[in-house]
Amino acid sequence: MAEMGQQQAIQVDGLRVSFGDFVAIPGLSFIARYGEIHGVIGPNGAGKTTLLDVITGKTRPKAGKVLLDGGVDLLRLSEPEIALAGVGRKFQKPSVFDALTVRENLELALRLEPRSIRAEILNWADSRRASRIAEVLNEIGLGDAADRLAGTLAHGQKQWLEIGMLLMQRPKLLMLDEPVAGMTEQETAHTADLVRRLKAPDRAVLVIEHDMAFVEEIADRVTVLHEGAPIFEGRMADARANARVREVYLGR
Amino acid sequence: MAANDAVGRVERPGLFRAVAAAMAAIAVALPILGGPMADGPAGISPYFANIIGQIATFALLAIAVDLIWGYAGILSLGHGLFFAFGGYLVAMHMLKAGYVYDGVTPDVMTFMGWTELPVHWFGLEFFPYALILIFALPGLLAFAYGYFSFRSRVAGVYFAIITQALTYVAMLLMFRNDTGFGGNNGMTGFTKVLGFDVGADSTIVGLATASVVITLGIYLGCGRLMRSPFGRILIAIRDEEDRLRFLGYDTLWPKLAVWTLSAMIAAIAGALYVPQVGIINPKLLSPELSIEIAVWVALGGRGALAGAVIGAVLISALKFWLTGFAPDLWPFILAGVVLLIVITLPNGLLDLRLPRLRAAPAPAGGAASGAAAEVGQGG
Repeated sequence: MAEMGQQQAIQVDGLRVSFGDFVAIPGLSFIARYGEIHGVIGPNGAGKTTLLDVITGKTRPKAGKVLLDGGVDLLRLSEPEIALAGVGRKFQKPSVFDALTVRENLELALRLEPRSIRAEILNWADSRRASRIAEVLNEIGLGDAADRLAGTLAHGQKQWLEIGMLLMQRPKLLMLDEPVAGMTEQETAHTADLVRRLKAPDRAVLVIEHDMAFVEEIADRVTVLHEGAPIFEGRMADARANARVREVYLGR
Repeated sequence: MAANDAVGRVERPGLFRAVAAAMAAIAVALPILGGPMADGPAGISPYFANIIGQIATFALLAIAVDLIWGYAGILSLGHGLFFAFGGYLVAMHMLKAGYVYDGVTPDVMTFMGWTELPVHWFGLEFFPYALILIFALPGLLAFAYGYFSFRSRVAGVYFAIITQALTYVAMLLMFRNDTGFGGNNGMTGFTKVLGFDVGADSTIVGLATASVVITLGIYLGCGRLMRSPFGRILIAIRDEEDRLRFLGYDTLWPKLAVWTLSAMIAAIAGALYVPQVGIINPKLLSPELSIEIAVWVALGGRGALAGAVIGAVLISALKFWLTGFAPDLWPFILAGVVLLIVITLPNGLLDLRLPRLRAAPAPAGGAASGAAAEVGQGG
């Protein structure tokens, strides 16, 4: 377990992303390790969401390498294949299936082997599903709302449901894009609690956030991005003290 | 707003069963009241039976569009294409069978001065072969078009416009006399269908009953399919396709499957419709019909097959009634209905039963509101 903690879950090497003439990420190298919660912060346009888009296969980079688990080249895979390889992404705006119940949302997220849509449909009633779903419902605190339509949930509850959907997949890399944006103080506290419990020896959690206090509360390590390049990596407390970070981000 | 709209698009089991029961009752009553008891006080005239049969095919067409639009969220403004495809094939079958077995020369031959029918009419006198084509050709066309569109992630209004354009192209093609499909006159003068005289009262009632029974069967089958995991995948594609893709689903295949199925159902509806109206011409390929189908589904309620059937029945019944004495008013009335629905009931008539849900305030904070939970289950 302990040695797992130092292993690389995701390795990004020499990444370059541009859209036409606009260079979003000129050159980015970055590592997130198993067993850690890794915060990525930076001002608007720092390339945070672009980084997520590249890792999940939504955006193709001009150059660079993205390796999952030290060996799986994500740039060669399609979006669904990347998800099945163990990368879970929580979108910035809550993305749940409104017209399905909370339970049905989680059911759709659960992928058992073999992973194909045909197999999903045939194995729907698999007993392993029910116990896993109950487990995750409990974990995200929506046990009482299991049979409600997701569209009737409050904003914060939808965010937790989406995190629950990702948990169903037991991802190696779990990426959260601004998980507390638009949340009340109470919801933010609950989310911080939830995110801390997402930490596992066989999982890396990557949190992209504007809310510095939230990141400080949950992250073991932070990377500060500025114009697509890392300017700091280390503990959040040290980031606050770093002169360059203060200049580009904190000192505005 | 968006959330509430999606929540409104849920099939209600009670309504679904009520619509099925109504169709079953009509399917039983039609051959009795239109047959032996036709002259009795509750008798159904062949004219009225024919209208019921036509409306049943419209309901089937609405089911086809609801599968793709209401469930998978992909608007098609080109289902007239598949409807007409089925219709043309069955028309060719009837004309060819009449020509081969009864020596009735089709008008299209006389008109074009042909001594024999073109090569693409080959074998169509055999009903099983015609039936296979009715399933296969529209299915293949839909599959090919859907594959390239969905793979390139053509979606939303762009997809809808291309379906409309495709249908328009087909109409222009069918208007040509030299393509061997009857040109702007279309095809008519059918004599027999499956060996029965098309003009006979018993055939009219039989075709109408068959239309109701087939529509009911497909309605029940599709209802079952939409309640299955496949149906949930479609709903998930409609609500948040990106989310589903990032959960590891390749959404191309479920979309392609339902699109192809939808096209084939529309073709069956067309094949049932044409023997009952006795004519097919390229007018079925005009934008009006394809848009009107979308109106049926929007009025009745997207995402619920019961809604699609109710919408198709209400609007086409209204149309039959009104065109009897005020045909010029119809476009204005249809447009008025559309405006009214868009403004007041975003999910069509389904919204009428959801005032509690719409009125419920969004539960604040982490506390689950018991009232909202109740409404959620009530859906």
